Amino acid sequence: MNKTIKLANDRVLIRVQNLSFSYGHVRAVKDISMDVAKNSVTALIGPSGCGKTTFLRCFNRMHDLYPGNCYEGKILMGGRNLLGKDVDITELRAGIGMVFQKPTPFPMSVFDNIAYGLKLKGIRNQTELSHRVESALKHAALWDEVKDRLKSGASGLSGGQQQRLVIARALAVEPKVILFDEPTSALDPISTSKIEELIFRLKEEITVIIVTHNMQQAARISDYTAFMYVGELIEFNETDVIFTNPDVKLTEEYITGRFG
Amino acid sequence: MSKQNLTDYKDTLFRVITFGAAMVVLVVIVGIFVSLVEQSLPAIRKFGFFHFITTPIWDPVHEVFGAASSLYGTIVTTVLAMAIAIPVSIGIAIFMTELCPNFLKGAMGTAIELLAAIPSIIYGMWGLFTLAPIMGNTVEPFLQHTIGKIPYLGSLFSGTPLGIDILTASTVLSIMIIPFMASIARDTFMLTPQVLRESAYGIGATRWEVIRNVVLPYSKGGVFGGMVIAMGRALGETMAVAFVLGNKHQIAHSLLDASATITVTLANEFTEADSNMYMASLFYLALILFVMSFLTLAAAKFILKERSAP
Repeated sequence: MNKTIKLANDRVLIRVQNLSFSYGHVRAVKDISMDVAKNSVTALIGPSGCGKTTFLRCFNRMHDLYPGNCYEGKILMGGRNLLGKDVDITELRAGIGMVFQKPTPFPMSVFDNIAYGLKLKGIRNQTELSHRVESALKHAALWDEVKDRLKSGASGLSGGQQQRLVIARALAVEPKVILFDEPTSALDPISTSKIEELIFRLKEEITVIIVTHNMQQAARISDYTAFMYVGELIEFNETDVIFTNPDVKLTEEYITGRFG
Repeated sequence: MSKQNLTDYKDTLFRVITFGAAMVVLVVIVGIFVSLVEQSLPAIRKFGFFHFITTPIWDPVHEVFGAASSLYGTIVTTVLAMAIAIPVSIGIAIFMTELCPNFLKGAMGTAIELLAAIPSIIYGMWGLFTLAPIMGNTVEPFLQHTIGKIPYLGSLFSGTPLGIDILTASTVLSIMIIPFMASIARDTFMLTPQVLRESAYGIGATRWEVIRNVVLPYSKGGVFGGMVIAMGRALGETMAVAFVLGNKHQIAHSLLDASATITVTLANEFTEADSNMYMASLFYLALILFVMSFLTLAAAKFILKERSAP
């Protein structure tokens, strides 16, 4: 028995309707319907292999890079189906950022890492580039740490700094949504708390969907939580409700650590 | 003998054997170098170093020997072969890692390995009997009528197109080194973490932008290493070039002229070397090639080290 809440229309940014995803013969996401509220953090939790990352990667159609995938259903954003054949995937990805488990700085300088997405958008003016790089770095609470080393390679930064750099890079192109795929699983506790603070602040401007294995993290930073199990959405509700008073027994068993 | 002693004895024996095996490498290198120097001493004494490498005359009758023409042929064919091979092999590697549909990947990979496995004499025969006529009858006249009309650049394509010339030799050489370069470049491209590619796609990069800005910069060290290995092969290649270069000791300004490389000279002329000085000069040429190859490799290692340092 699945239990999900519907959000009021004016609060919804993305509406997922009966989404299924399969690659080859594996059906990894099964008939999910879920609303993502604007300017909120939505956490996807569930045991390993439950399909939460696969689900996350549907939003920016990362699966399209690999052959043999098949989407069914719809992901509606602003009245447009993101899974439609007519969607310009490059443009879609520029509007929906993504941050991965491990920091992924490009093999270039700190400055160029941030400027890269902007250049892709056609911004060439040096003054505007510097301005926007600075503002993205400040946004990601990294400016003070890197302002003197903008020209040196990004690989010289610490893991936590690299992850904030990657977030700044995503922020620089001013996306509406950023997808986080376990962004702190490779970081130490201090770096983790910095990233969490950052994500918490980000929702003033953008919408965040985050996959996490860490249930305390979901409880700390998210407004809504979706619990998935073997490809299905078991329960979706406000985070407080999920963690204090879940409707479904399976959810309760998972958040109390009885399996997972 | 006690058991402990026996174990110690075995251990020592093992160490000596492996040490000996490792020493073989050093002994061979030093041995080859010493014998090359020794055999070429008469020529070194007579012609000196700078005089030898700058003299374009190779005249066995009057016993006047200079390496300039062979050096020129070696360097020009190698550089031209690299110029053809680098873009083609990077293209192959990009196609195979980023664009090739899965069902083609295996077949393409095998084809490239097969190309690398063909003995060089077969490339030489194919170059002489198939490629040379095509070059002489079609490609070279075409180049003369197009690029040949451009001032300055045109002089590179002057002369009678015979097909047995620097251009054909470089083409055969490039075909020979492309498999090496392409497979090394492919292997290094594949080392680029998938998640790094996805990150670039994730902020709206197109396929070309991902290749250009992420995959290529990430793997430039490995690609460069592959190029140098291929260049080492091109410098030392003999059979394939011997067939199609014409073996003529001259510094030709046109790519449609015959030339000679160090390797080809060595392969062709030892049987005719009737004087001590002729023999010594050939050994001197070999010594120069040995040092060139060594320096190429050393330079590559040095540059790779510099680049990989943070």
